Amino acid sequence: MTSPDQSRFALPQRLLHWLMAICILAMLFIGVGMVSTITPKYLTLLSIHKPLGIAILLLAILRIGMRVRYGAPTLPAGLPEPIKLSARLSHYFLYALMVMMPLIGWGMLSAAGYPVIVAGVQLPAILPISDILHTLLWNLHFYLAFAFFALILIHTAAALFHALIRRDGVFQTMTP
Amino acid sequence: MKPETPLDMRHSAGAIAAIMTVVLLSGAAFAYSAGWVSPRRLTPAKLVASLAPPTGSALGHRRNHAKGICFTGHFEANGIGRTLSHALVFNAGQYPVVGRFNTATADPNSSDGIQRVRGIGLKISTPDGREWRTAMIDAPFFPVSTPQAFYELQIASKSTNPDAMKEFTAHHPEITHFGAWAKSAAWTGSYAEEQYNALNAFRFLDSSGGSHTVRWSLVPRSNVTAVPPEELAKRDPDFLETEITQRVSVSPIQWDLVITVAEPEDPTTDPSKMWPDTRRTINVGTLVVNRIEPERDGPCRDVNFDPTVLPPGITTSGDPFPAARSAAYSRSFNSRTAEYKYYPRSMSVDTSERAHP
Repeated sequence: MTSPDQSRFALPQRLLHWLMAICILAMLFIGVGMVSTITPKYLTLLSIHKPLGIAILLLAILRIGMRVRYGAPTLPAGLPEPIKLSARLSHYFLYALMVMMPLIGWGMLSAAGYPVIVAGVQLPAILPISDILHTLLWNLHFYLAFAFFALILIHTAAALFHALIRRDGVFQTMTP
Repeated sequence: MKPETPLDMRHSAGAIAAIMTVVLLSGAAFAYSAGWVSPRRLTPAKLVASLAPPTGSALGHRRNHAKGICFTGHFEANGIGRTLSHALVFNAGQYPVVGRFNTATADPNSSDGIQRVRGIGLKISTPDGREWRTAMIDAPFFPVSTPQAFYELQIASKSTNPDAMKEFTAHHPEITHFGAWAKSAAWTGSYAEEQYNALNAFRFLDSSGGSHTVRWSLVPRSNVTAVPPEELAKRDPDFLETEITQRVSVSPIQWDLVITVAEPEDPTTDPSKMWPDTRRTINVGTLVVNRIEPERDGPCRDVNFDPTVLPPGITTSGDPFPAARSAAYSRSFNSRTAEYKYYPRSMSVDTSERAHP
Protein backbone atom coordinates (compact mmCIF):
# COMPACT_ATOMS: atom_id res chain seq x y z
CA MET A 1 0.00 0.00 0.00
CA THR A 2 2.91 2.40 -0.46
CA SER A 3 3.10 5.00 -3.14
CA PRO A 4 6.75 5.74 -3.89
CA ASP A 5 6.19 9.33 -4.99
CA GLN A 6 4.73 10.23 -1.62
CA SER A 7 7.09 11.91 0.84
CA ARG A 8 4.63 12.35 3.70
CA PHE A 9 1.41 10.83 5.00
CA ALA A 10 -1.67 12.63 3.66
CA LEU A 11 -2.89 15.53 5.81
CA PRO A 12 -6.01 13.72 7.12
CA GLN A 13 -3.79 10.78 8.07
CA ARG A 14 -1.38 13.06 9.94
CA LEU A 15 -4.16 14.85 11.80
CA LEU A 16 -5.84 11.57 12.69
CA HIS A 17 -2.53 10.13 13.91
CA TRP A 18 -2.01 12.92 16.44
CA LEU A 19 -5.65 13.02 17.51
CA MET A 20 -5.58 9.28 18.14
CA ALA A 21 -2.20 9.50 19.88
CA ILE A 22 -3.80 11.80 22.45
CA CYS A 23 -6.91 9.61 22.76
CA ILE A 24 -5.01 6.34 23.12
CA LEU A 25 -2.47 7.65 25.62
CA ALA A 26 -5.30 9.18 27.67
CA MET A 27 -7.16 5.89 27.42
CA LEU A 28 -4.23 3.82 28.71
CA PHE A 29 -3.59 6.19 31.61
CA ILE A 30 -7.31 6.26 32.47
CA GLY A 31 -7.41 2.48 32.32
CA VAL A 32 -4.58 1.79 34.74
CA GLY A 33 -5.69 4.68 36.92
CA MET A 34 -9.30 3.62 37.28
CA VAL A 35 -8.56 0.04 38.31
CA SER A 36 -6.24 1.29 41.05
CA THR A 37 -8.68 3.51 42.94
CA ILE A 38 -11.89 3.17 44.95
CA THR A 39 -12.57 6.91 45.12
CA PRO A 40 -15.42 8.50 43.10
CA LYS A 41 -12.75 9.13 40.42
CA TYR A 42 -13.28 5.46 39.57
CA LEU A 43 -16.76 6.15 38.21
CA THR A 44 -15.67 9.36 36.45
CA LEU A 45 -12.75 7.61 34.75
CA LEU A 46 -14.93 4.65 33.80
CA SER A 47 -17.49 7.00 32.27
CA ILE A 48 -14.73 8.48 30.06
CA HIS A 49 -13.05 5.14 29.33
CA LYS A 50 -16.04 3.56 27.61
CA PRO A 51 -17.06 6.31 25.15
CA LEU A 52 -13.41 7.10 24.45
CA GLY A 53 -12.88 3.42 23.62
CA ILE A 54 -15.75 3.44 21.15
CA ALA A 55 -14.42 6.70 19.66
CA ILE A 56 -10.99 5.10 19.20
CA LEU A 57 -12.60 2.07 17.54
CA LEU A 58 -14.43 4.30 15.03
CA LEU A 59 -11.35 6.46 14.41
CA ALA A 60 -9.21 3.34 13.94
CA ILE A 61 -11.57 2.01 11.28
CA LEU A 62 -11.48 5.40 9.57
CA ARG A 63 -7.69 5.43 9.86
CA ILE A 64 -7.24 1.99 8.35
CA GLY A 65 -9.55 3.07 5.53
CA MET A 66 -7.33 6.10 4.91
CA ARG A 67 -4.23 3.95 4.99
CA VAL A 68 -5.74 1.78 2.27
CA ARG A 69 -6.83 4.85 0.32
CA TYR A 70 -3.71 7.03 0.66
CA GLY A 71 -1.00 4.48 1.47
CA ALA A 72 2.19 5.36 3.32
CA PRO A 73 5.50 6.95 2.29
CA THR A 74 8.30 4.50 1.63
CA LEU A 75 10.97 4.13 4.27
CA PRO A 76 14.47 5.48 3.39
CA ALA A 77 16.45 3.12 1.20
CA GLY A 78 19.38 3.21 3.60
CA LEU A 79 17.36 1.76 6.47
CA PRO A 80 18.45 -1.83 7.26
CA GLU A 81 15.89 -4.48 6.29
CA PRO A 82 15.27 -5.79 9.86
CA ILE A 83 14.46 -2.24 10.99
CA LYS A 84 12.08 -1.78 8.06
CA LEU A 85 10.39 -5.07 8.89
CA SER A 86 9.99 -4.22 12.57
CA ALA A 87 8.68 -0.77 11.64
CA ARG A 88 6.03 -2.34 9.40
CA LEU A 89 5.13 -5.04 11.91
CA SER A 90 4.88 -2.61 14.81
CA HIS A 91 2.51 -0.43 12.78
CA TYR A 92 0.27 -3.42 12.01
CA PHE A 93 0.28 -4.37 15.71
CA LEU A 94 -0.69 -0.83 16.62
CA TYR A 95 -3.57 -0.84 14.12
CA ALA A 96 -4.68 -4.24 15.41
CA LEU A 97 -4.64 -3.08 19.04
CA MET A 98 -6.59 0.10 18.20
CA VAL A 99 -9.39 -2.05 16.81
CA MET A 100 -9.14 -5.01 19.17
CA MET A 101 -8.91 -3.30 22.56
CA PRO A 102 -12.32 -1.57 22.34
CA LEU A 103 -13.91 -4.74 20.95
CA ILE A 104 -12.36 -6.86 23.73
CA GLY A 105 -13.59 -4.38 26.34
CA TRP A 106 -17.09 -4.38 24.85
CA GLY A 107 -17.08 -8.18 24.67
CA MET A 108 -15.81 -8.43 28.23
CA LEU A 109 -18.66 -6.28 29.58
CA SER A 110 -21.13 -8.31 27.51
CA ALA A 111 -19.80 -11.63 28.86
CA ALA A 112 -20.07 -10.28 32.42
CA GLY A 113 -23.75 -9.46 31.90
CA TYR A 114 -23.37 -5.73 32.51
CA PRO A 115 -25.52 -3.38 30.47
CA VAL A 116 -23.04 -1.70 28.11
CA ILE A 117 -23.78 1.99 28.57
CA VAL A 118 -21.61 4.35 26.58
CA ALA A 119 -22.18 8.07 27.13
CA GLY A 120 -25.76 7.32 28.14
CA VAL A 121 -26.44 5.12 25.11
CA GLN A 122 -26.94 1.40 25.54
CA LEU A 123 -24.98 -0.78 23.13
CA PRO A 124 -26.07 -4.35 22.43
CA ALA A 125 -24.27 -7.27 24.07
CA ILE A 126 -21.87 -8.76 21.51
CA LEU A 127 -21.25 -11.99 23.45
CA PRO A 128 -23.30 -14.28 25.69
CA ILE A 129 -22.82 -14.24 29.46
CA SER A 130 -19.94 -16.59 30.26
CA ASP A 131 -17.38 -16.91 33.06
CA ILE A 132 -14.87 -18.43 30.67
CA LEU A 133 -15.22 -15.74 27.99
CA HIS A 134 -15.20 -12.98 30.58
CA THR A 135 -12.00 -14.27 32.14
CA LEU A 136 -10.29 -14.72 28.79
CA LEU A 137 -11.26 -11.25 27.56
CA TRP A 138 -10.46 -9.59 30.87
CA ASN A 139 -6.95 -11.03 30.78
CA LEU A 140 -6.51 -9.99 27.15
CA HIS A 141 -7.75 -6.46 27.89
CA PHE A 142 -5.41 -6.20 30.87
CA TYR A 143 -2.22 -7.61 29.38
CA LEU A 144 -2.68 -6.14 25.90
CA ALA A 145 -3.01 -2.70 27.52
CA PHE A 146 0.54 -3.01 28.82
CA ALA A 147 1.73 -4.39 25.50
CA PHE A 148 0.02 -1.43 23.80
CA PHE A 149 1.77 1.06 26.06
CA ALA A 150 5.14 -0.68 25.59
CA LEU A 151 4.64 -0.59 21.82
CA ILE A 152 3.82 3.12 21.98
CA LEU A 153 7.02 3.76 23.94
CA ILE A 154 9.05 1.86 21.35
CA HIS A 155 7.22 3.70 18.56
CA THR A 156 8.00 7.03 20.24
CA ALA A 157 11.66 6.13 20.77
CA ALA A 158 11.94 5.04 17.13
CA ALA A 159 10.29 8.24 15.90
CA LEU A 160 12.68 10.32 17.96
CA PHE A 161 15.60 8.22 16.74
CA HIS A 162 14.63 9.15 13.19
CA ALA A 163 14.08 12.79 14.14
CA LEU A 164 17.16 13.41 16.26
CA ILE A 165 19.78 10.88 15.25
CA ARG A 166 19.19 9.61 11.72
CA ARG A 167 17.50 12.84 10.62
CA ASP A 168 16.29 10.97 7.58
CA GLY A 169 12.87 12.59 7.14
CA VAL A 170 10.85 9.66 8.53
CA PHE A 171 9.65 11.71 11.50
CA GLN A 172 8.60 14.52 9.15
CA THR A 173 6.30 12.15 7.24
CA MET A 174 3.93 12.34 10.19
CA THR A 175 4.42 15.84 11.61
CA PRO A 176 1.22 17.89 11.36
CA MET B 1 25.41 8.72 5.25
CA LYS B 2 28.53 10.77 5.83
CA PRO B 3 31.07 9.43 8.34
CA GLU B 4 30.45 10.49 11.89
CA THR B 5 32.62 13.27 13.33
CA PRO B 6 33.19 13.78 17.09
CA LEU B 7 30.62 16.58 16.96
CA ASP B 8 28.01 14.21 15.48
CA MET B 9 28.81 11.65 18.15
CA ARG B 10 28.38 14.20 20.89
CA HIS B 11 25.12 15.22 19.32
CA SER B 12 24.03 11.56 19.13
CA ALA B 13 24.84 11.00 22.79
CA GLY B 14 22.67 13.99 23.70
CA ALA B 15 19.88 12.75 21.46
CA ILE B 16 19.99 9.26 22.95
CA ALA B 17 19.83 10.76 26.44
CA ALA B 18 16.82 12.85 25.34
CA ILE B 19 15.05 9.79 23.91
CA MET B 20 15.71 7.76 27.03
CA THR B 21 14.41 10.59 29.18
CA VAL B 22 11.16 10.75 27.21
CA VAL B 23 10.67 6.98 27.49
CA LEU B 24 11.55 6.84 31.19
CA LEU B 25 9.35 9.80 32.10
CA SER B 26 6.42 8.30 30.18
CA GLY B 27 6.93 4.99 31.93
CA ALA B 28 7.14 6.71 35.30
CA ALA B 29 3.92 8.65 34.68
CA PHE B 30 2.22 5.40 33.71
CA ALA B 31 3.50 3.67 36.84
CA TYR B 32 2.23 6.57 38.93
CA SER B 33 -1.24 6.35 37.34
CA ALA B 34 -1.32 2.62 38.01
CA GLY B 35 -0.50 3.25 41.66
CA TRP B 36 2.75 1.26 41.53
CA VAL B 37 4.67 4.04 43.25
CA SER B 38 1.88 4.85 45.74
CA PRO B 39 1.82 1.89 48.15
CA ARG B 40 -0.58 3.79 50.42
CA ARG B 41 -3.26 4.17 47.74
CA LEU B 42 -6.34 2.14 48.67
CA THR B 43 -6.85 0.01 45.57
CA PRO B 44 -9.79 -2.32 44.89
CA ALA B 45 -7.32 -5.20 45.21
CA LYS B 46 -6.30 -4.12 48.72
CA LEU B 47 -9.87 -3.51 49.83
CA VAL B 48 -11.05 -6.89 48.58
CA ALA B 49 -8.01 -8.69 50.02
CA SER B 50 -8.79 -7.18 53.43
CA LEU B 51 -12.10 -9.07 53.46
CA ALA B 52 -10.45 -12.46 53.18
CA PRO B 53 -10.69 -14.70 56.24
CA PRO B 54 -7.40 -15.87 57.81
CA THR B 55 -7.75 -19.15 55.92
CA GLY B 56 -7.90 -17.30 52.59
CA SER B 57 -10.72 -16.36 50.21
CA ALA B 58 -13.25 -19.00 49.19
CA LEU B 59 -12.29 -19.49 45.55
CA GLY B 60 -15.08 -19.07 43.03
CA HIS B 61 -17.27 -17.21 45.51
CA ARG B 62 -18.07 -13.57 46.19
CA ARG B 63 -15.41 -12.04 48.41
CA ASN B 64 -18.04 -10.79 50.85
CA HIS B 65 -21.67 -11.80 51.36
CA ALA B 66 -20.32 -15.09 50.05
CA LYS B 67 -23.19 -17.24 51.28
CA GLY B 68 -26.44 -16.71 49.45
CA ILE B 69 -29.39 -18.12 47.59
CA CYS B 70 -31.02 -16.95 44.35
CA PHE B 71 -34.55 -15.79 43.78
CA THR B 72 -36.67 -14.54 40.93
CA GLY B 73 -39.79 -12.44 41.01
CA HIS B 74 -40.89 -9.03 39.93
CA PHE B 75 -41.15 -5.43 41.00
CA GLU B 76 -44.65 -4.06 40.73
CA ALA B 77 -44.43 -0.29 40.45
CA ASN B 78 -47.46 1.72 41.51
CA GLY B 79 -46.51 4.75 39.43
CA ILE B 80 -46.03 7.11 42.39
CA GLY B 81 -42.24 6.99 42.06
CA ARG B 82 -42.60 9.10 38.89
CA THR B 83 -42.94 12.18 41.09
CA LEU B 84 -39.31 11.69 42.16
CA SER B 85 -37.65 10.01 39.20
CA HIS B 86 -38.36 9.60 35.50
CA ALA B 87 -36.78 6.12 35.58
CA LEU B 88 -38.94 3.74 33.55
CA VAL B 89 -38.94 1.31 36.48
CA PHE B 90 -41.31 3.68 38.34
CA ASN B 91 -43.95 3.66 35.60
CA ALA B 92 -46.87 1.59 36.88
CA GLY B 93 -46.24 -1.98 35.76
CA GLN B 94 -44.37 -5.21 36.43
CA TYR B 95 -40.64 -5.58 35.89
CA PRO B 96 -38.71 -8.86 36.23
CA VAL B 97 -36.29 -9.24 39.12
CA VAL B 98 -33.33 -11.53 39.72
CA GLY B 99 -32.04 -11.37 43.26
CA ARG B 100 -30.07 -13.00 46.00
CA PHE B 101 -30.53 -13.31 49.75
CA ASN B 102 -27.23 -13.47 51.61
CA THR B 103 -25.40 -13.19 54.88
CA ALA B 104 -22.52 -10.75 55.39
CA THR B 105 -19.67 -13.22 55.59
CA ALA B 106 -16.68 -14.10 53.45
CA ASP B 107 -17.29 -17.79 54.22
CA PRO B 108 -19.82 -19.52 51.93
CA ASN B 109 -20.10 -22.39 54.44
CA SER B 110 -20.76 -20.32 57.53
CA SER B 111 -23.66 -20.99 59.88
CA ASP B 112 -26.67 -18.78 59.23
CA GLY B 113 -27.44 -18.48 62.94
CA ILE B 114 -24.26 -16.58 63.80
CA GLN B 115 -24.39 -13.98 61.04
CA ARG B 116 -25.65 -10.70 62.42
CA VAL B 117 -26.05 -8.93 59.07
CA ARG B 118 -28.27 -10.23 56.29
CA GLY B 119 -28.56 -8.75 52.85
CA ILE B 120 -30.39 -8.75 49.54
CA GLY B 121 -29.17 -8.07 46.00
CA LEU B 122 -31.62 -7.02 43.29
CA LYS B 123 -31.45 -6.64 39.55
CA ILE B 124 -34.61 -5.06 38.16
CA SER B 125 -34.89 -5.00 34.36
CA THR B 126 -37.05 -2.73 32.23
CA PRO B 127 -38.17 -3.33 28.64
CA ASP B 128 -35.72 -0.70 27.33
CA GLY B 129 -32.86 -3.03 28.33
CA ARG B 130 -31.78 -0.91 31.26
CA GLU B 131 -31.24 -2.29 34.76
CA TRP B 132 -31.36 -1.10 38.32
CA ARG B 133 -29.03 -3.07 40.55
CA THR B 134 -28.89 -2.57 44.28
CA ALA B 135 -27.43 -4.44 47.23
CA MET B 136 -28.91 -3.71 50.65
CA ILE B 137 -28.47 -4.95 54.22
CA ASP B 138 -30.75 -5.26 57.24
CA ALA B 139 -28.73 -2.87 59.41
CA PRO B 140 -30.34 0.61 59.56
CA PHE B 141 -26.98 2.37 59.04
CA PHE B 142 -23.45 1.47 58.01
CA PRO B 143 -20.73 0.74 60.61
CA VAL B 144 -18.34 3.44 59.35
CA SER B 145 -18.39 6.81 57.59
CA THR B 146 -15.93 6.29 54.74
CA PRO B 147 -14.62 3.52 52.49
CA GLN B 148 -11.14 4.10 53.93
CA ALA B 149 -12.54 3.50 57.45
CA PHE B 150 -14.23 0.32 56.22
CA TYR B 151 -10.84 -0.92 55.02
CA GLU B 152 -9.21 0.02 58.32
CA LEU B 153 -12.01 -1.81 60.14
CA GLN B 154 -11.20 -5.01 58.26
CA ILE B 155 -7.52 -4.67 59.15
CA ALA B 156 -8.22 -3.85 62.82
CA SER B 157 -10.79 -6.60 63.31
CA LYS B 158 -8.37 -9.21 61.96
CA SER B 159 -5.34 -7.80 63.76
CA THR B 160 -3.46 -9.82 66.35
CA ASN B 161 -2.79 -6.59 68.23
CA PRO B 162 -5.25 -6.66 71.16
CA ASP B 163 -5.54 -2.86 71.08
CA ALA B 164 -6.26 -2.65 67.33
CA MET B 165 -10.04 -2.35 67.71
CA LYS B 166 -9.70 0.10 70.59
CA GLU B 167 -7.48 2.30 68.41
CA PHE B 168 -9.84 1.95 65.49
CA THR B 169 -12.81 2.99 67.65
CA ALA B 170 -10.90 6.01 68.92
CA HIS B 171 -10.47 7.19 65.31
CA HIS B 172 -13.90 6.09 64.09
CA PRO B 173 -16.30 6.52 67.02
CA GLU B 174 -19.32 5.94 64.72
CA ILE B 175 -18.60 2.22 64.98
CA THR B 176 -19.99 2.20 68.54
CA HIS B 177 -23.51 2.95 67.21
CA PHE B 178 -23.26 -0.07 64.99
CA GLY B 179 -22.03 -2.15 67.90
CA ALA B 180 -25.04 -1.04 69.93
CA TRP B 181 -27.41 -1.92 67.07
CA ALA B 182 -25.80 -5.35 66.65
CA LYS B 183 -26.23 -6.07 70.36
CA SER B 184 -29.78 -4.78 70.83
CA ALA B 185 -31.66 -5.19 67.53
CA ALA B 186 -34.04 -8.14 67.29
CA TRP B 187 -33.04 -11.19 65.22
CA THR B 188 -35.57 -12.99 63.05
CA GLY B 189 -35.76 -16.53 61.74
CA SER B 190 -36.26 -15.61 58.07
CA TYR B 191 -34.92 -13.60 55.16
CA ALA B 192 -38.60 -12.76 54.55
CA GLU B 193 -38.91 -10.88 57.84
CA GLU B 194 -36.01 -8.48 57.37
CA GLN B 195 -36.13 -4.87 56.35
CA TYR B 196 -33.30 -4.24 53.87
CA ASN B 197 -31.80 -0.77 53.55
CA ALA B 198 -29.75 0.75 50.75
CA LEU B 199 -27.70 2.76 53.18
CA ASN B 200 -26.14 4.89 50.47
CA ALA B 201 -27.64 8.08 49.14
CA PHE B 202 -28.47 8.32 45.43
CA ARG B 203 -30.00 11.05 43.33
CA PHE B 204 -33.41 10.74 41.68
CA LEU B 205 -34.00 13.01 38.69
CA ASP B 206 -37.60 13.89 37.93
CA SER B 207 -39.04 14.75 34.53
CA SER B 208 -39.16 18.48 35.28
CA GLY B 209 -35.42 18.59 35.90
CA GLY B 210 -35.62 18.41 39.69
CA SER B 211 -33.12 16.36 41.67
CA HIS B 212 -33.83 14.57 44.96
CA THR B 213 -31.28 12.92 47.22
CA VAL B 214 -32.78 9.66 48.46
CA ARG B 215 -32.16 6.37 50.20
CA TRP B 216 -34.41 3.35 49.81
CA SER B 217 -35.56 0.41 51.88
CA LEU B 218 -37.48 -2.81 51.39
CA VAL B 219 -40.06 -3.08 54.17
CA PRO B 220 -41.34 -6.64 54.70
CA ARG B 221 -45.05 -7.42 54.37
CA SER B 222 -44.44 -10.69 56.22
CA ASN B 223 -45.15 -10.80 59.95
CA VAL B 224 -41.97 -10.24 61.89
CA THR B 225 -41.25 -12.47 64.88
CA ALA B 226 -38.21 -11.89 67.04
CA VAL B 227 -36.19 -15.00 67.80
CA PRO B 228 -33.45 -15.02 70.46
CA PRO B 229 -30.01 -15.36 68.83
CA GLU B 230 -29.14 -18.22 71.19
CA GLU B 231 -31.94 -20.20 69.63
CA LEU B 232 -30.89 -19.31 66.04
CA ALA B 233 -27.33 -20.42 66.81
CA LYS B 234 -28.69 -23.91 67.57
CA ARG B 235 -30.53 -24.23 64.25
CA ASP B 236 -29.27 -25.97 61.13
CA PRO B 237 -26.35 -24.02 59.53
CA ASP B 238 -28.48 -23.44 56.41
CA PHE B 239 -31.78 -22.73 58.16
CA LEU B 240 -32.25 -19.36 56.43
CA GLU B 241 -32.00 -20.98 52.99
CA THR B 242 -34.21 -23.93 53.89
CA GLU B 243 -36.80 -21.64 55.49
CA ILE B 244 -37.04 -19.18 52.57
CA THR B 245 -37.27 -22.05 50.07
CA GLN B 246 -40.16 -23.62 51.96
CA ARG B 247 -41.91 -20.31 52.58
CA VAL B 248 -41.79 -19.20 48.94
CA SER B 249 -42.87 -22.64 47.70
CA VAL B 250 -46.13 -22.10 49.60
CA SER B 251 -46.80 -18.55 48.46
CA PRO B 252 -44.92 -15.53 47.13
CA ILE B 253 -43.48 -13.09 49.66
CA GLN B 254 -43.51 -9.31 49.40
CA TRP B 255 -41.78 -6.11 50.43
CA ASP B 256 -42.74 -2.48 49.92
CA LEU B 257 -40.07 -0.41 48.24
CA VAL B 258 -39.98 2.80 50.25
CA ILE B 259 -38.02 5.87 49.16
CA THR B 260 -36.86 8.34 51.81
CA VAL B 261 -36.18 11.88 50.59
CA ALA B 262 -33.41 13.90 52.27
CA GLU B 263 -33.78 17.46 53.45
CA PRO B 264 -30.92 19.84 52.61
CA GLU B 265 -29.44 19.59 56.11
CA ASP B 266 -29.28 15.77 56.13
CA PRO B 267 -25.94 13.91 56.01
CA THR B 268 -26.01 12.56 52.46
CA THR B 269 -22.38 11.53 52.16
CA ASP B 270 -22.14 9.43 55.33
CA PRO B 271 -24.12 6.17 55.45
CA SER B 272 -23.29 5.70 59.14
CA LYS B 273 -25.68 8.58 59.89
CA MET B 274 -29.42 7.98 59.71
CA TRP B 275 -31.82 10.65 58.54
CA PRO B 276 -34.55 11.77 60.95
CA ASP B 277 -37.70 9.59 61.10
CA THR B 278 -39.77 12.59 60.06
CA ARG B 279 -38.40 12.61 56.52
CA ARG B 280 -40.85 12.23 53.66
CA THR B 281 -41.19 8.60 52.58
CA ILE B 282 -42.88 7.34 49.43
CA ASN B 283 -43.98 3.78 48.79
CA VAL B 284 -43.25 3.26 45.09
CA GLY B 285 -44.23 -0.38 44.66
CA THR B 286 -43.89 -3.97 45.75
CA LEU B 287 -41.12 -6.51 45.39
CA VAL B 288 -42.64 -9.95 44.88
CA VAL B 289 -40.39 -13.00 45.32
CA ASN B 290 -41.97 -16.12 43.87
CA ARG B 291 -39.19 -18.61 43.24
CA ILE B 292 -36.06 -19.66 45.14
CA GLU B 293 -33.13 -21.46 43.49
CA PRO B 294 -29.81 -22.61 44.93
CA GLU B 295 -26.96 -20.31 43.95
CA ARG B 296 -24.79 -23.00 42.37
CA ASP B 297 -26.96 -23.23 39.25
CA GLY B 298 -29.18 -20.25 39.94
CA PRO B 299 -29.78 -17.08 37.90
CA CYS B 300 -28.11 -14.78 40.46
CA ARG B 301 -24.83 -16.63 40.44
CA ASP B 302 -23.23 -14.58 37.66
CA VAL B 303 -24.76 -11.26 38.65
CA ASN B 304 -22.56 -8.57 40.11
CA PHE B 305 -25.01 -6.49 42.19
CA ASP B 306 -22.99 -3.37 41.44
CA PRO B 307 -24.89 -0.45 43.00
CA THR B 308 -23.76 1.90 40.24
CA VAL B 309 -25.67 0.01 37.53
CA LEU B 310 -28.54 2.48 37.44
CA PRO B 311 -31.20 3.39 34.87
CA PRO B 312 -31.60 6.92 33.48
CA GLY B 313 -33.40 8.87 36.22
CA ILE B 314 -31.20 7.55 39.04
CA THR B 315 -27.56 8.56 39.55
CA THR B 316 -24.92 8.34 42.23
CA SER B 317 -24.66 11.28 44.63
CA GLY B 318 -21.92 12.72 46.84
CA ASP B 319 -21.90 9.50 48.88
CA PRO B 320 -18.46 7.98 48.24
CA PHE B 321 -19.53 4.40 48.93
CA PRO B 322 -21.22 3.37 45.67
CA ALA B 323 -18.03 4.12 43.71
CA ALA B 324 -15.91 2.19 46.22
CA ARG B 325 -18.36 -0.69 46.21
CA SER B 326 -18.47 -0.74 42.41
CA ALA B 327 -14.67 -0.88 42.20
CA ALA B 328 -14.44 -3.61 44.85
CA TYR B 329 -17.39 -5.65 43.51
CA SER B 330 -15.80 -5.60 40.08
CA ARG B 331 -12.56 -6.92 41.52
CA SER B 332 -14.47 -9.64 43.38
CA PHE B 333 -16.42 -10.53 40.24
CA ASN B 334 -13.28 -10.73 38.09
CA SER B 335 -11.60 -12.99 40.65
CA ARG B 336 -14.49 -15.35 41.19
CA THR B 337 -15.37 -15.72 37.50
CA ALA B 338 -11.73 -16.61 36.85
CA GLU B 339 -12.07 -19.27 39.57
CA TYR B 340 -15.22 -20.89 38.14
CA LYS B 341 -13.55 -24.31 38.33
CA TYR B 342 -13.49 -24.12 42.12
CA TYR B 343 -17.25 -23.60 42.29
CA PRO B 344 -18.53 -25.83 39.51
CA ARG B 345 -22.11 -25.88 38.43
CA SER B 346 -23.73 -29.19 39.31
CA MET B 347 -23.79 -31.93 36.65
CA SER B 348 -27.54 -32.36 37.00
CA VAL B 349 -28.31 -29.10 35.24
CA ASP B 350 -29.87 -29.71 31.88
CA THR B 351 -28.55 -26.73 29.96
CA SER B 352 -30.83 -27.29 26.98
CA GLU B 353 -33.82 -27.00 29.29
CA ARG B 354 -32.48 -23.81 30.84
CA ALA B 355 -32.01 -22.28 27.42
CA HIS B 356 -35.64 -22.99 26.48
CA PRO B 357 -37.74 -22.60 29.60
